[in-house]
Amino acid sequence: MMDKPWNNRAWLFVVPVLIIVLFSSLVPMMTVVNYSVQDTMGQNNFFWNGVAWFQGLLDPTTDIGGRFASALVRNLIFSIVILCLELPLGIAVALCIPKQGWKVGATLVLIALPLLIPWTVVGTIWQIFARQDIGLLGAALNAIGIHYNDTQDPTSAWATIVIMDVWHWTGMIALLSYAGLKAIPDAFYQAARIDGASRWSVFRNIELPKLQKVLVIAVLLRFMESFMIYTEPSVVTGGGPGEATSFLSLDLVKIALGQVDLGNAAAMSIVYYLITLTICYVFFTIMTQLDQRKGV
Amino acid sequence: MSLELRNVSLKQGQDSIIDDVSLLFERGTMNVLLGPTLAGKTTLMRLMAGLDKPTSGDVLVDGVSVLQVPVRRRSVAMVYQQFVNYPSLTVYENIASPLRVAGLPKAEIEKRVADASRVLRLDPFLKRLPAQLSGGQQQRTAIARALVKHAELVLLDEPLANLDYKLREELREELPKLFAATGTILVYATTEPTEALLLGGTTATLWQGRVTQVGPTPSVYRSPANIDAARVFSDPPLNEFTTTLSGPRATLPRGGDIDAQSLLPNLPDGIYRIGFRVEDAKLGTVSGAPLAFPGQVAVTEISGSESFVHLDIGSGTWVSLVLGVHDWKPGAPAEIRIDPARIFVFDEGGRLVRAPEARIARTSALV
Repeated sequence: MMDKPWNNRAWLFVVPVLIIVLFSSLVPMMTVVNYSVQDTMGQNNFFWNGVAWFQGLLDPTTDIGGRFASALVRNLIFSIVILCLELPLGIAVALCIPKQGWKVGATLVLIALPLLIPWTVVGTIWQIFARQDIGLLGAALNAIGIHYNDTQDPTSAWATIVIMDVWHWTGMIALLSYAGLKAIPDAFYQAARIDGASRWSVFRNIELPKLQKVLVIAVLLRFMESFMIYTEPSVVTGGGPGEATSFLSLDLVKIALGQVDLGNAAAMSIVYYLITLTICYVFFTIMTQLDQRKGV
Repeated sequence: MSLELRNVSLKQGQDSIIDDVSLLFERGTMNVLLGPTLAGKTTLMRLMAGLDKPTSGDVLVDGVSVLQVPVRRRSVAMVYQQFVNYPSLTVYENIASPLRVAGLPKAEIEKRVADASRVLRLDPFLKRLPAQLSGGQQQRTAIARALVKHAELVLLDEPLANLDYKLREELREELPKLFAATGTILVYATTEPTEALLLGGTTATLWQGRVTQVGPTPSVYRSPANIDAARVFSDPPLNEFTTTLSGPRATLPRGGDIDAQSLLPNLPDGIYRIGFRVEDAKLGTVSGAPLAFPGQVAVTEISGSESFVHLDIGSGTWVSLVLGVHDWKPGAPAEIRIDPARIFVFDEGGRLVRAPEARIARTSALV
């Protein structure tokens, strides 16, 4: 048996944290859980509704279930597309960052610039950028004969928010990769030169394996953020045209605040949260186990 | 093959990293580059390999300048202090990698990798990735990669510095034998004088980018050409003091003077720097003898069967090596006696004037 002195004062030190956690996560979360199992007609009258909201949500044949399923698919496609673009591009940018001199600092600041802009501002910049009448991008594309209209054409709308996200976030992957590349000792490059290894072989056999850990973190961060994307599409397309860019978070806000359908919105929040959590957990577990098997 | 560095210098901005180095390496020889950290050992190796170009001077192979030959077309292999292997390739593929790049036939690659992995005892690990190996096995893999290449120049840059003691002893003994069979020029950089002595061969001592002396390792140790070479080749550091010789008297660091003939017989007047190694500093209780330097014990380091006693003699700290375990308490009074037959005498410019055993080394680097 351990004979630890029992000191009640210890609890006192933990109390502030408990209070903050209580009001920042537990109470709001329980409120959501509360809404998700009840129905209300207003006037603070609540009726027990069991799991009916969840049943409807997870059944794609119902109206709400259909909306949820298609928004989920859009979200997944969006995350996969931006990851496929941002990862290779970010690594490529990191490889091109100058090695020394004043150019290093200048390049890093330029790359980090989009990351420092508030998200609503990013949305506004691109909303104006994409306009057909005055927007640089929209007007220029239409002027050279490419049909581009992000408020009416779903393809244009998708292209706009995908390119916007790539513009906004590739810098982060580039910075993370750059940090990873800097950590590779010069001796590895020397050894490769003495071996006569090609540039591709240096990338494939030295840089990429050494970047693996950093890239796992980058993918996790980018996946989570892109899966929860709200601000920028809400400003640029507002989820339109039609439902074309209506992602889970946008739909959730429409249901909760637009239709004040609190039961459905609460159930949706919980399922949305669990999906994000599960995907991240599975991804992280697989990547760390791969690591262990390889002993990297 | 022979490799020659002729008046090689490397400057970075105003700083001279390598300063007018001339060295000649012959086929099948063991060459040690001995110098402290930042003396330029690694830089010199990079110049030999062709990874860097000197700002002036020439690098010649068999008398022909190779400055314009890119590194991949030279016959060089290198092993580093860090364990450098391709992280995503198995041990087998790692060892085979230089041969694959060279485009050797499959059977030849298999044979060479099998030979190298046998001598380096890597057979059980061929299918593993480097990160699954111990440090010693990783470094043996790196050595195997250098070995299979059958390079004419093999550069070992402090290859054992990151290994534990036992492995270091083992590999230090094996390494020269492994490469001796291939008839290569072996260049071994180290910071440790003991390691240089154990490796034998020829030693070049480096100090701040300059080669201070070249010669057979034991003779460089016995008669360093100048004070820099002596400092590089002494571990623990050389005990030193300055004395001014005028007429029959020589000054002492603690003040006062003694009969010059007892310390520096038959030398002209002038300022001299005296150095002596720890094994020639005899420790004893205070006796007041003329060549005894009293002081207080600062620290005693006991390393197994020997003790290193640091004595504060007022003008600095000297170290004495005493056989056996002696527990000299800090603060205890003691003295270090020096034997005039066992001292190095350097003139004001740092050149050796007199070495123990009455031998005076021929000065400056011989090419």
